[in-house]
Amino acid sequence: MTRYILNRLGQSLVLLVLVSMIGFAVLNLAPGGPLSQFALTPGMTQADLDRISAQMGLDRPLVVQYADWFWRLLRGDWGRSFRDSRPVLDVIGGHFGATLLLMGTATVISVTIGTWVGIKGATKRYSIFDYAATVGAMVALSIPTFWFGLVAIYIFSLKLGWLPAGNMYTIGNGSFLDYAIHLIMPAMVLALVDVAVWSRYMRTATLDVINQDFVRTARAKGMTPRRVLMKHVVGNALLPMITLAGLQVPTLLGGALVTETVFTWPGMGRLFLDSLGYQDYPVVMGLLMFSAILVLLSNLAADLLTAFVDPRIRLT
Amino acid sequence: MSVSSTPINRPIKSGWWNSRTFRRFVRHRLAALGVVMVILLTLVCVIGPYLLPYNDLYIDLRARFSPPLTGYHFLGTDPLGRDIAARLLMAGRISMLVGFAAMILSTMIGATIGVVAGYYGGRIGTVLMRFVDAVLSFPSIFLLLALAAFIKPSPIMITVIIAITSWMEVARIVEAEVRSLRERDFIMAARMLGLSNRWIMFRELLPNAMGPIIVAATLTVARAILLEAYVSFLGYGIQPPLPSWGNMLNGAQQYLQSAPWLAIIPGVAITLAVTSFNFIGDGLRDALDARSDLN
Repeated sequence: MTRYILNRLGQSLVLLVLVSMIGFAVLNLAPGGPLSQFALTPGMTQADLDRISAQMGLDRPLVVQYADWFWRLLRGDWGRSFRDSRPVLDVIGGHFGATLLLMGTATVISVTIGTWVGIKGATKRYSIFDYAATVGAMVALSIPTFWFGLVAIYIFSLKLGWLPAGNMYTIGNGSFLDYAIHLIMPAMVLALVDVAVWSRYMRTATLDVINQDFVRTARAKGMTPRRVLMKHVVGNALLPMITLAGLQVPTLLGGALVTETVFTWPGMGRLFLDSLGYQDYPVVMGLLMFSAILVLLSNLAADLLTAFVDPRIRLT
Repeated sequence: MSVSSTPINRPIKSGWWNSRTFRRFVRHRLAALGVVMVILLTLVCVIGPYLLPYNDLYIDLRARFSPPLTGYHFLGTDPLGRDIAARLLMAGRISMLVGFAAMILSTMIGATIGVVAGYYGGRIGTVLMRFVDAVLSFPSIFLLLALAAFIKPSPIMITVIIAITSWMEVARIVEAEVRSLRERDFIMAARMLGLSNRWIMFRELLPNAMGPIIVAATLTVARAILLEAYVSFLGYGIQPPLPSWGNMLNGAQQYLQSAPWLAIIPGVAITLAVTSFNFIGDGLRDALDARSDLN
């Protein structure tokens, strides 16, 4: 087990270095590179730009610049926002909670519905329900999230007036119920794609387990189909789902960005777009790296958790 | 010595329409529906604009915000009084073209990296596949938006950027396929004949991995159309006055109360196109995957 953990940790570190290299490459793609913030200032001469460039260390070899940048990344010195000069990590931290709340709620919704749909589809294979779930999942994967959000706002806020059209809470009313009412629609919209993915994988995983010998043995013993399902099938079918949950994090983060834009939800996605609009490149870069690291960590956590609950993984 | 072939010793050549793959594909009703939809959408977008009385840039100020099915504008007009039907069809050309071009480019990148990684294996393979993992660690929309904001957007650049952020799936699929093909006898034979590595990779291995590549490519079209819609909706993709399904939705939110058709119509078009390509991809997967016979 220790060896497996060390091995997996090593892989994550290698990935982190590669991710940082890609991030650094993207940073240098910005028009004018890191100097772009000054280039637009009126009255700035080339000599001034050269001096600033030397001050920022931009005249050093690219490898040295990268090493320096990576070292500061590790120490948590991610630079300061162009917009309000606050440290980038503080700015991101201020928006992370909202995104986490949205993603967490969406995951709970999609896991609950997706697991149910997947198991039902697998146990009643080729039924009308199974067929409808298959087609429904495919359509759900094809609907643009932001458009689905717009349609939801149109129906539930503008036509029916049941739910607020955006924001996280009403100003002056921070009650739990108020938060919950604001959370429902964006979380459902974000969960849509995930439900589709989750139910498909759950169906396949359940089918895999159902055809195994120990399930046949349990049935032969005279166990009721319901008990076989609950005691032997569901638990085993959920095992590969832990990995899937980790793998879904990038999709979920991307979906959160789009959902947050439509519902003016004050999370990381919204911050990313605002920062792009203000050409606030340190925050843009920070969010890019932050989300990639988040993805690395969640994949690591998912793998370690799988190894913890499934002894077969540890031994290989 | 005359080489005459009698019908008996000539191998019976059955056409592609007779093949098992093709028959299974047609049996898949959703996939067939998808093909019909894609053909219809393409025809309508290519021919349609010539049949409409308005072009996509004509501004009819007196008819601003006309709802669909009223007056002279079949699908209504936008805030500038431009005909939505005309814009929708022109946008369809752009969006589907971007989707296709991005698919071709990303499949080429993905297949090349996948075949090199799978064929050489070892250190080269590991480094390449770890690089694939690293790119996959970035949520693709974040990466796409950052690149689109940094690089001056033109339809070609948007296509390139979408391709850069969506080749990884293909690379993974090809790598896995090539790794298993590499040990087969025909590759051994090709090596013994002294064929070059490049010949073996691109003339022997890739054609044999074509099935999974085609499936992935079809699904990539769907994905690329969606991605283009996202970036254009957020204002970093195809720039007006050139219409795309995504940028027609840009700004639709503020008129959601007064002119909901602005938001609904392009979204329906995107959903139709993307669903069709996903249906086709799914049908192809069933048809090309030999294992699907077992279930």
